[in-house]
Amino acid sequence: MLATAIIVFREVLEAALIVGIVMAASRGALGRGLWVSGGIAAGILGALLVAIFAAAIAAAAQGMGQELFDAGILLAAVAMLGWHNVWMSRHGRELAGNATRLGKDVRSGARPLWALAFAVSLAVLREGSEAVLFLYGIALAGQGGALAMVMGGIIGLALGVAAGTAIYWGLVSIPMRLLFTITSWLVLLLAAGLASQAAAFLMQADLLPPLGSNLWDTSFILSDQSLIGRILHTLIGYTAQPAGIQIVFYAATLLTIGGLMRLVGASERTAAAKARAGSAVNPAE
Amino acid sequence: MPCIAADAQVLISIKDHQFVPSDVAVPAGVKVELIVKNEQMVNAEFESSVLHREKIVTAGGQISVFVGPLDPGIYEFFDDFNQATRGRLVVK
Repeated sequence: MLATAIIVFREVLEAALIVGIVMAASRGALGRGLWVSGGIAAGILGALLVAIFAAAIAAAAQGMGQELFDAGILLAAVAMLGWHNVWMSRHGRELAGNATRLGKDVRSGARPLWALAFAVSLAVLREGSEAVLFLYGIALAGQGGALAMVMGGIIGLALGVAAGTAIYWGLVSIPMRLLFTITSWLVLLLAAGLASQAAAFLMQADLLPPLGSNLWDTSFILSDQSLIGRILHTLIGYTAQPAGIQIVFYAATLLTIGGLMRLVGASERTAAAKARAGSAVNPAE
Repeated sequence: MPCIAADAQVLISIKDHQFVPSDVAVPAGVKVELIVKNEQMVNAEFESSVLHREKIVTAGGQISVFVGPLDPGIYEFFDDFNQATRGRLVVK
């Protein structure tokens, strides 16, 4: 039962942390609960389908279907998180300007909450399908009794949800005017980490060269398999023995999304300054 | 689409939560196809941190994992669904 709980917890953890961060990042947005829970529900449904068709997916693309599927899911999640972050930086002035009350666009339906919901569903789908495959396997084999398996699964799931809830409450205790700066950094690092995971799958499918298969090894300080290692793996993309191509993907994601955020944020500030200057000349307007 | 030509093939079975063989001899400096066969009733996930490989092997199924060219040395792998199941590539 304990072994089952631990494995389910590990699989659920990444998705739960992503949901926690997304919920904190969308604090105050109207309908976010509905979007995010819809994303989770779609993800669970998707996870079941992926688990059912696991053998067919694996056999696709000359045996490299699993790798391409995982890489595709991860890169789609990166795009969704990046899109939302860039959109938010365009509205950064509203966020900074209203410490307690959020700007209208940020609260309203103009905000691409669908992008966050999609990212959540992809995370749940990917990690959930592994949890389902693991549990389904033991259920079929009838090992250790059905009750022990169900209990283990529930405990693992509950622990994962607790971790996601903890990060959410930790984040929302941050004052509102700092919260979105912090969550957009978190989402940026999260996206970079997911991109580096995608690179590993593309390398496994031999579509990308490793560019140095292990650039360094910090597993003696923090192993990928430890709890903290797993958490940091999700949050900032920590890998004890990274390949060169993973660093390239990580850095390229940081630079692309971060660069777009700055660019969009800067043009928004210029427009705002012009608007202020204009209204100073014509105070009647 | 990936179409990987390997210079060598090695068969690894997973039976009763053990890799057979658990020490897998592999030649250095060439691309190797590891054919991992899961002869259990439960699903497994073949994983190696050092090799950056993770792939699900459904119960009764088999997968191909391509590795290398590798330098001589020892490279650990395990079943992520049952981490007591461990093995090593011994590259010479």
